[in-house]
Order: sequence, then structure tokens, then C-alpha cells
Amino acid sequence: MHSNRYTFIYAIVLSVVTAVLLAFASEGFRPLQEANIALDKKTNILHSVRLDTKKRAEIEQIYKDRIHEMVVDAQGNELSGVDANAIVLKDEVAKPAAERKLPLYVYTAEDGKKRYVMPMQGVGLWGPIWGYLSIEPDFNTVYGSYFDHKGETPGLGAEIAEKPFQQQFEGKTIMEADKFVSVYVAKKTDKIPYGPEHRVDGISGGTITSKGVDVMIKNCVEPYLVYFNKLKSSTGE
Amino acid sequence: MSVETASAPAVQESKKEGLFSKKNRRALSDPLDDNNPITVQVLGICSALAVTVQVKPAIIMAIGVTLVTAFSNLIISVIRDSIPGRIRMIVQLVVVALLVTLVDQILKAYMFDVSKKLSVFVGLIITNCIVMGRLEAYAMSQKPWPSFLDGIGNGLGYGIILVVVAIIREVFGSGTLLGFKVIPQWAYDMGYVNNGMMMLPPMALFLIGIYIWIQRGRNPKLYNVS
Repeated sequence: MHSNRYTFIYAIVLSVVTAVLLAFASEGFRPLQEANIALDKKTNILHSVRLDTKKRAEIEQIYKDRIHEMVVDAQGNELSGVDANAIVLKDEVAKPAAERKLPLYVYTAEDGKKRYVMPMQGVGLWGPIWGYLSIEPDFNTVYGSYFDHKGETPGLGAEIAEKPFQQQFEGKTIMEADKFVSVYVAKKTDKIPYGPEHRVDGISGGTITSKGVDVMIKNCVEPYLVYFNKLKSSTGE
Repeated sequence: MSVETASAPAVQESKKEGLFSKKNRRALSDPLDDNNPITVQVLGICSALAVTVQVKPAIIMAIGVTLVTAFSNLIISVIRDSIPGRIRMIVQLVVVALLVTLVDQILKAYMFDVSKKLSVFVGLIITNCIVMGRLEAYAMSQKPWPSFLDGIGNGLGYGIILVVVAIIREVFGSGTLLGFKVIPQWAYDMGYVNNGMMMLPPMALFLIGIYIWIQRGRNPKLYNVS
């Protein structure tokens, strides 16, 4: 049997050694990790406009050339001097819609056609979920989408991060006449008050995550409409 | 078989043990069948239910657990004589958590895509009963090299069950295997439907139960276990 003294010293030394090791690892890897996170965000935004490149340099290049970052407010004004990347989406979503700052990423395709990418943030079953939704210049048709999550159940809720789920959104519409109705994420048997162009299939076994996506889209897309309406009337479309 | 095992330890005591002596080979191969962590030791059931809906996460989880079990076994075995008995579980847990956190950090820095997929599992590994179970039952009393092999063996034994269960669940639950369609469209046209039960955790429990039943029916060594 070891003495009390030995046991205490052993515990202290072990704690200090592991703490120092982990601190060094965390500090040492941080620049790489942050670069990865920044790149991941760009990759995700490009995903939502149907660009699936994996090469680092290519992503940086396309993002630099073709994505314009801007911030608008819920009254439809462009805010200057605000960095879209400095906005913490989680905090903005917690505010009432009228007070939010809304980051917007405008993608210009090679043929000059623009797509508007809106970041979204919501909650799933176990933790946060987020994503990007891009719409066509008619401000109605969904061009593409991307979803991701912190810790949804693999094989169930985590399927929102997979292509088959995301591709369902392409070509759906968010407006009915001039009213915002969003795209419903619903079970096959659920009845919704609108036609099939406003619904995608939720995930079997991932009902709570699917509902989270449904709520997230409604909550995060609507505030942009004021700005979109302004753009529409100014371009005379 | 039983004759060999009875005489083997005495021979090995006298000579210096080879890297892959019979005892070491058994440390590696026993957990695959005779002493399987899930079906015989009945450890690690919880994660076996959670990550077997699809084959891919099951494989990733199996690799993760194998690495962590092997290296935590190795480290604990190296320092086993210095660990005070009264805090040995805490020491084991600290080593496991350290390894898992390091793996997570390295993945985040160098393999971000993989880390995004793995993030849920990495946390689960710390709580996997197999890791602690092997540390207590084996590494605390054995030399480093056999402990390392025992860790790999148990990780693989766990992985086999996971993959077998995941294959059955994915094929019959979603009609795919590793994401590719395996059940042809004409079967669906003729009225075949995927079994939704397979998507739910209880089905994994039934499948593991059936696996244990078949295994014990065929393996005479397991007739009188438990």
C-alpha cells in the first residue's frame, strides 16, 4: 500500500503533467485549427451555391473572386463598416428579428448571375445546428443549401449534413404570392397547408433535428425579405 | 487446444518471451471470439447500439476505440507499479481522457473533415466501458507489450461486432451499404419496403442477442460462461 503522501504527490504530478501537455497541444494547434474553421465556413458557403471543390487553394480563390460579403439590417439597409465574419450568428438569432444584423453573402456566377446566401443558426436535438441557404435573384427559388451540426445522432439527425437531404431543397420556393411561407421539413405523412414546392422530407428517426431545421429556416430567412424586396423594386423586376 | 494452453506458461517462464509468442498471440486473438468484449465480456454495449445504424460510423468508431484501448493499455502498463492503488481508477481515466483529447486536437488541426465526422464519437470513447475494463482487468497486471496487443485485440473484437451489426442494420434498414444502394429498385417496385425497426436502437440489441446465441451454440468454450 502506498502512503498518503505518495498518493497525493502522485495525483498532483499527474494532473500538472497532463494539464501542461494539453495546454501545449491546444496552444500549438490553435492557429491550424482556426485556419481550418475559417476555411470550413468558406467551403460551406460555396457548398450552398453548389460548388463542391475540396482543394484549399481553389476554395480561397473562388471565395475571394466570387463572394461579396455584406451586412444588412432588418429594415433593409446595407450597413457599412461591419465585418460579416465578426458577427456572432448565435447572438443575433437570440434578438428580436427587427434588431438583428444580417450577414449576407452574394455569389456572382461566371455568367454574371447572382445568388444570395443567408447563414442560419438554430437548435437540433443535442446541440446547435447551422447552415446556409442560397436563393436565386427572383428571391423566391432556393438554389442550394448546406446544413451542419455540433452533435446530432450519427445516422439519424446527423443526416442533415449529407447531400441527399440537402439536395432536396434545390428548386423549392419560399414565397406563396407575396407571402413568406418558407420550405417545410416534414414527415411524409404530415399535412402542410401548401403544395409540394414548399416541402422536403424530414429524416426518419431524426424528427427533432428535422423540426429544428424547419424552425431555423423560418426564423433566419424571413428577416432578409425586407432587403430583398428593396432590391427587387430598385432593379424593377 | 486445452492441452496446449495448460503447458504453455511453464515453457515461456524459462525462456525470454518472443514478440509474438503463443501467449501474446492469444492476447491479440482471444478477444476476437472466445473473449469478445461485447458478446462475452458484455462491455461497450451502449455505443454498439448507438453507432450501428450505418457501416461507416461503425468502422470509424472501431478504429478510434482500437487506438485508444491499445495506447491507454500501453501507458497504464508502463506505469502500473507506480500507480497508488486507491486512486488507480482516476489515474486510468486521466490517461484515457488525455489520449482522447489529444487525438481530437490533432484531428482538428490536420484532418478537419474527419474530425467533423468524428467529433461525437471521440467523446463517446472516453466513456466506453471496454477501455476502462481492459485497463483494470489486464494492463494493471501485465507487461506493456502484451497489454498493447490486448488493447488492439479488444478494439478489433469490438469492431467486428459493430461492423456485423451495422451491415445488417444498414442493408435491411435503409437498403444501402456504405451509402451505396444494394437492394435493387425492382425489389421496391414489387412491394419490398425497408424495415424501419432496423433504424431504432432496440434492433441492435436483438441482433447482438442473436449473435451471442449463435456464437455460444457453436463455440464449446462458451457453453458454461456466466
